[in-house]
Amino acid sequence: MVQPLNYFKETASQTAGPYVHIGLAPDYAGFDIFETNFSNVVAGPDTKGERIKIEGRVFDGTGAPVRDVLIESWQANSDGKYSHPEDTQQKPVEKDFRGWGRICSDFETGVFTIETIKPGPVPGRNGKTQAPHISLWIVARGINIGLQTRLYFSDETAANGEDQVLNLIEQEDRRKTLIAQRSERDGETVYSFDIYLQGDNETVFFDV
Amino acid sequence: MTIERSNSERTVRMAGEYFQRDRNLQPPAYTPTYKTSVTRSPQKALLSLEQSLSELTGPVFNHNDLGPLDHDMILNYAKDGEPIGQRIIVHGRVIDESGHGVPNTLVEAWQANAGGRYRHKKDTYLAPIDPNFGGCGRCLTDDEGYYFFRTIKPGPYPWRNYVNSWRPAHIHLSVFGPSFTQRLITQMYFEGDPLIDICPIVKTIPDEDAIKRLVAPLDLNASIPLDCRAYKFDIVLRGRRSTLFENRLEGN
Ligand SMILES: [Fe+3]
Repeated sequence: MVQPLNYFKETASQTAGPYVHIGLAPDYAGFDIFETNFSNVVAGPDTKGERIKIEGRVFDGTGAPVRDVLIESWQANSDGKYSHPEDTQQKPVEKDFRGWGRICSDFETGVFTIETIKPGPVPGRNGKTQAPHISLWIVARGINIGLQTRLYFSDETAANGEDQVLNLIEQEDRRKTLIAQRSERDGETVYSFDIYLQGDNETVFFDV
Repeated sequence: MTIERSNSERTVRMAGEYFQRDRNLQPPAYTPTYKTSVTRSPQKALLSLEQSLSELTGPVFNHNDLGPLDHDMILNYAKDGEPIGQRIIVHGRVIDESGHGVPNTLVEAWQANAGGRYRHKKDTYLAPIDPNFGGCGRCLTDDEGYYFFRTIKPGPYPWRNYVNSWRPAHIHLSVFGPSFTQRLITQMYFEGDPLIDICPIVKTIPDEDAIKRLVAPLDLNASIPLDCRAYKFDIVLRGRRSTLFENRLEGN
């Protein structure tokens, strides 16, 4: 016999189910209960940086949009600093920038949008710098444990080419599943980012 | 990375990366007996990613995010009276795999009413909506990781998987922790419910003991006599390395 290690075990995940909006976005579920609701608006008015909109859909294995998906996003500010006590970089972070968004797709079309600022490059491992990116966490009915992925930006070709995480993807062809495509629409900068749960274009998901 | 002082004030530990998630205790993506997972499960292997600052950080919440009744589902949607059903307290601790309490973290809960009906435009089950019950609550853990809600015991409800599938009574819980890698949604079940053992969603979890840890026992010690019973539910988030030998993310 040996001594027991006595670690606790992580609680098992269960699907967020079809009614996830009740708990996490009750205004989307169709009722008004909390004074403050979390939303897809990530940056406040005093946050510096280029204002962007991210738009996309999540597709299931049949090619149909997942219309009851809930996504959370996590990002640094335009200086590449996270609003978190463990980011000890000597850089400012705006008071109205939490860096986190909670996004529900439209129940009819499946389209989700994030209103934010483009993040700056952030520190990577071993002294390297990571290309600007946004971390995403995806839950829905039928998803047993939240899916983690990242969104990169199409206009960061050089930085993307050097990025440790993108370069970890052995099949170069699959790297593009993480790159949002930039366009201008009515004076707005829009990045299109569709997520494929299955199929030929299956998005790269991470075990972090 | 942070420098964390232990109680003795003598040792200085470096808090590093989060433990590898034990996938043997977590449901796989593809679980055909839970039918919706079939077309919503990635089929390629997840790419294992060493953690960077992007993974070690995560959103921080505070009391300004919450209203005074957000944790009390008996009162937070009461219009002309209190909701119908069994009054209960759900309480416990959020800890990490090393047993440390997770302070100041956001816990969100949602559930059906006593009849098994959700207040959601997509729920059309014939049990009635309770005019005084919203079915969602949220709170922050205290300095030791404790949280509590007051609510009504939810009813089981039918769902479209097999023709005759019923969910055991459950409360959905969402938890953060200090890093985005710890993000977790789970469901708590109630001791003694015969529907637990036959639920296709429960059975997505491949480990018997991991399932048992989702079942909250009746906790009479925390009950309020003549008012409400209590159920105790502890939630464990991923732990993190804390060793004398630091794995330097910055490089050497
Ligand atoms: Fe449910």
